[in-house]
Amino acid sequence: MNVMDTRATSAMLYLDGVHVSFDGFHAINNLSLTLEPGEMRAIIGPNGAGKTTMMDIITGKTKPDEGTVLFDGVTDLTRLDETRIAELGIGRKFQKPTVFESQTVQDNLLLALNVDHSVRGTLFWRGSRAESERIDKVLETIRLTEARNRLAGSLSHGQKQWLEIGMLLAQDPKLLLVDEPVAGMTDVETHLTAELLKEINKTHTVMVVEHDMTFVRELGVKVTCLHEGTVLAEGTIDQVSSNERVIEVYLGR
Amino acid sequence: MTPHMLTRSLDRSATIFLAIVAACGILIPLSNLLLPAGSFLQVPTYLVALWGKYVCYAILALAIDLIWGYCGILSLGHGAFFALGGYAMGMYLMRQIGTRGVYGNPILPDFMVFLNWQKLPWYWYGFDMFWFAALMVLVVPGLLAFCFGWLAFRSRVTGVYLSIITQAMTYALLLAFFRNDFGFGGNNGLTDFKDILGFNVQAEGTRAALFALSCLALIIGFLICRAIVSSKLGKVLIAVRDAESRTRFLGYRVESYKLFVFTVSACMAGVAGALYVPQVGIINPSEFAPGNSIEAVIWVAVGGRGTLVGAALGAVVVNYAKTFFTSGVLAPYWLFMLGALFILVTLLLPKGIVGTFNAWWDQSKEKRIPATMASAAAEDGVTEPKMAE
Ligand SMILES: Nc1ncnc2c1ncn2[C@@H]1O[C@H](COP(=O)(O)OP(=O)(O)OP(=O)(O)O)[C@@H](O)[C@H]1O
Ligand SMILES: [Mg+2]
Repeated sequence: MNVMDTRATSAMLYLDGVHVSFDGFHAINNLSLTLEPGEMRAIIGPNGAGKTTMMDIITGKTKPDEGTVLFDGVTDLTRLDETRIAELGIGRKFQKPTVFESQTVQDNLLLALNVDHSVRGTLFWRGSRAESERIDKVLETIRLTEARNRLAGSLSHGQKQWLEIGMLLAQDPKLLLVDEPVAGMTDVETHLTAELLKEINKTHTVMVVEHDMTFVRELGVKVTCLHEGTVLAEGTIDQVSSNERVIEVYLGR
Repeated sequence: MTPHMLTRSLDRSATIFLAIVAACGILIPLSNLLLPAGSFLQVPTYLVALWGKYVCYAILALAIDLIWGYCGILSLGHGAFFALGGYAMGMYLMRQIGTRGVYGNPILPDFMVFLNWQKLPWYWYGFDMFWFAALMVLVVPGLLAFCFGWLAFRSRVTGVYLSIITQAMTYALLLAFFRNDFGFGGNNGLTDFKDILGFNVQAEGTRAALFALSCLALIIGFLICRAIVSSKLGKVLIAVRDAESRTRFLGYRVESYKLFVFTVSACMAGVAGALYVPQVGIINPSEFAPGNSIEAVIWVAVGGRGTLVGAALGAVVVNYAKTFFTSGVLAPYWLFMLGALFILVTLLLPKGIVGTFNAWWDQSKEKRIPATMASAAAEDGVTEPKMAE
């Protein structure tokens, strides 16, 4: 496979024929999916469809048994570890909000900033105006300016979700993988989150996993439905939600 | 250490701690040397030596707290680094004996003559020079920690598994050092030291100086730890402790961070051991006993994990209790008491003495001035929002 020196695809993210099994259980089956640069894609599908596992594969947490995973047309992600993949510019928000609970909100953002992450760089780090301005801006965007000195562990569930999105913003990756961002949010918060993601999408490629169909509809982007580790349907929200198989396995439950 | 790192690392409790250690380091030796023996305020020499031992333990406790309290690495083998530092110093002290040994051999320590060795093994070369031995006090534990950590952290050995292999490491060293043909005095270890840098190790003045030096080492070790934990690197360490894999997904090379603190910590433990040996007058393989390393972890738990000051305090408090109990009728029960202490602390004071005190202090402050809570917390050094300089 001669992909290291020529762009195999123009896609930001390219998955082809990916297989993963856990102790004989096929979590991902011949999964193929393409995300163009600048695109936002919503991923839906029943519990256990393999949505989170797909993100695990892209971010290096899980190694696929088979298949191709290319980032930016050139980089084979299956050979890299989590740190290297994050350095390349793939950021991730986890299904269960994962923030650094014993540190303050602004320290969480500081840790996420895409500056020198080497041991030496952090040991001799001294803040710069540019850095604190970026943090201020993110705090404003995620509406946590007031809470900046609070410990992240003391935030509400919805606020933690936002803090994690804020950490993605601070990280400023090329590709954002956002797993269930509105779980546990009120309708107003859900709406604000949709607005926020649309805003982020103006400058970043985004993949969002979500069960909340109102939210997915509000995003107004191409939708992929996964089922049993493979793509069941793909298209606009109306096309996908009128697909018989999708209604059968997911929407019509 | 650049100036901004120094100022950032000195919060109130750190300053108080440093002042107390400095005062002890100066006043205790002066009182011992200048006041007439037996007078009320004179610290007798045996106490200077005993307290000097506690100070060395406090340095070891700091080293453990740096990796356990801040990075979540529970080493149950740190006594090994302490002992290696001690052996490096012991080798220097052995070679200073020269012809004053029982066999009067100018080069070979007594135990080698006894074993009929004809020449000094290569790994004893250089230890007649203090600077070389002092260097080895850092290099040997540091190098072992680096190699061990490189293998363990890269293969992502964490939690209980890591603790178990650190125990195995110190146990393996215990067995090796017990062997006569290993070349470090076997069972008996190294002892009968005469002088250090030309001064008699038994002399009161030397003991007082060693005590003062131990306090100085504690101060420097504390400053290094504070500088590390109050830098951004410290925040990364806490992130690793609380959510290791999340930290990786932010693009931090977690294993490098672990390797860095683990190595620094081992070097500190080595220095503690090196200062310990001339004060107790002996180093033998029992220092590698797995139990010692576990005991050191208990000091940190009792004092307060992740507080540095607590670790040092815990080392002194627990060892004071140990001295107190093991010299009385309760001596046979000390280990039970230590175990009970550990269980009690884990159940009743999970944050340790200093951690519990800090929590109480923050809470009572909140009650006094609820409105300015956030700014008070910031001022206390709990958070460090001073980003723009
Ligand atoms: N590390 C693992 N070991 C074993 N099985 C796993 C592992 N990770 C995921 N699975 C299984 O793979 C399947 C897909 O899980 P995944 O978490 O990707 O689903 P999902 O689409 O994200 O579901 P949900 O909507 O509930 O989040 C599930 O059946 C899950 O139990
Ligand atoms: Mg999931």
